[in-house]
Amino acid sequence: MRHAFAQMLAYTALAALALLFLAPVLLMLAGSLKSDERVLVEAGSLAAFFPTDASLQNYRDVFHRVAFSCYLFNSLFISGAIVALGLVVNSLAGYALARFEWGGRRVLLAAVLAILIIPLEAIAVPLFYEVTLLGWRDSYMVQILPFVANAFAVYLFYTFFLDLPHELEDAARVDGAGPWRIFFYIIVPNSRPAFATVGILTFLTQWGTFLWPLLVTTTEEVRPLPLALAYFYTLPPLQWGDIFAFGTLMVAPVLVIFLLFQHWFVRSVVAAGLKG
Amino acid sequence: MRVPPASASSTLAPPAIAWAFVLPAALGLGVFLALPFLLSFGLSLTNLRLGSPLPMEFVGLEQYRRLGADPVFRQALLNNAVFAAVVVPVQTALALALALLLNQPLRARPLFRTLFFIPVVFPLSLVSVVWVLIYAPGPNGLFNALLERLTFGAWTPHDFLHDPRWALPAIMLTSIWQGTGFQMVILLAGLQGIPNTLYEAAAIDGAGAWARFWHITLPGLRNTLIFVALMTTILAFRLFDQVQIMTHGGPRNATTTLMFEAVQAAFARQQVARGAAITVVLFLVVLALTLLQRRITRERREGE
Repeated sequence: MRHAFAQMLAYTALAALALLFLAPVLLMLAGSLKSDERVLVEAGSLAAFFPTDASLQNYRDVFHRVAFSCYLFNSLFISGAIVALGLVVNSLAGYALARFEWGGRRVLLAAVLAILIIPLEAIAVPLFYEVTLLGWRDSYMVQILPFVANAFAVYLFYTFFLDLPHELEDAARVDGAGPWRIFFYIIVPNSRPAFATVGILTFLTQWGTFLWPLLVTTTEEVRPLPLALAYFYTLPPLQWGDIFAFGTLMVAPVLVIFLLFQHWFVRSVVAAGLKG
Repeated sequence: MRVPPASASSTLAPPAIAWAFVLPAALGLGVFLALPFLLSFGLSLTNLRLGSPLPMEFVGLEQYRRLGADPVFRQALLNNAVFAAVVVPVQTALALALALLLNQPLRARPLFRTLFFIPVVFPLSLVSVVWVLIYAPGPNGLFNALLERLTFGAWTPHDFLHDPRWALPAIMLTSIWQGTGFQMVILLAGLQGIPNTLYEAAAIDGAGAWARFWHITLPGLRNTLIFVALMTTILAFRLFDQVQIMTHGGPRNATTTLMFEAVQAAFARQQVARGAAITVVLFLVVLALTLLQRRITRERREGE
């Protein structure tokens, strides 16, 4: 009896809090389906959370008013390239630091651990001038290359490989496989959790990146979604229905990935938390 | 720094192969992280200003002296500190409450964990734009309407984002909404790492819910709590996206931050050296916080 009551209490509290947390999301979803005038008129009432005159007009407007498909491609391409290249580069480094004993190991490992704490913000100004000197401004390259190598990813791979049992590698070595072969054919297939964790974490961060593209891009052709949204929002006339449709389209890919691979999301966040 | 050894039976690979494995990452980190990091210190000791007729020269700590005397910079530093002082305890307490609620044997736990985590996958730029409408001025604004209902009509509508007293708190609330789920998931994992036997033993001893929380949960969660609090503090000092989109630092510098000032200096006013100096200050704050956390958690580990 007491237990059932406690459980009911917990559920009530959770449901109330969940509604509070989801209110802005519902506001966006409902608003994206309404006419622009209605979004403003109903913003102060409960009707704000319901699609009162549902239509997909705003979604059509988004594609009509700005080059949405171009921004979407840019974001997918940039985030995808960083994830793909990053997984290769950082896992190789993490593996070498965990398994090879050679002269450079200690210094490199110490450097990775030290570099971990430098946030992008702290280097944004000189990095901007560096890529300007290289002539990279306003390109995909300037948004991809600086973020491929990542100290935190190297560290996550390093700790994962430290805990990986040696038997598989030993067996392969007896069969005459060299380090490259061992890495790509034995280690990689047996380390899916590490790759999934790092990949998801990288994608989530890159999908929302705002400061760097704000500094280094000026043309629409290479602009990613977060920056495009910030511009779209200042584009007259201010039409909230369109803005919410833009936002819904922008968050949909991460939301779908999140719902499908939830287990890995939670794992990657916990990895970021407990190992960082 | 303490460097752990490689795995017990580590391989003696030819150095050439080992270097080839680490080369791409080392090159990337060196060129795009270590080099600009050193440059930011170097630049901050000069008078570099693009388009200025003065030649670039070494001016020592002049930039830092000027920053110290600049009321806008001090306001930015203060805003970051106030933001951290409010957001860190509030968000951590809220995340802990959610984690404790979810740590009970509830069948719908995964569902609620999902719901609370959803804001975390929202890019900050999108969060900022959505909350601009929530804070819309006049009785039709969602937040104004809500406060009016809660106070039975006593509330007079505010233009939150254009009011120097309300703008920073408004950004704080937005950030708490986005960040709580992240902390909650980490704290929940920490809670599940506390051995159940401790609670069973305490129950046999007749300890109440409050005593169990105070003597088992909190100590067991100590390092996790310190970690999430530190991470949120660092994020508070990096605050930029929300400010850029929601208030542009205003009104009257009420929401300006270190990073917003750095971008303004280096890119809007071409004062490269000054922008670099501000980011160095930002780095020093992050460094101090990290060292503090390491020290606190290590003391604990050694004391055990």
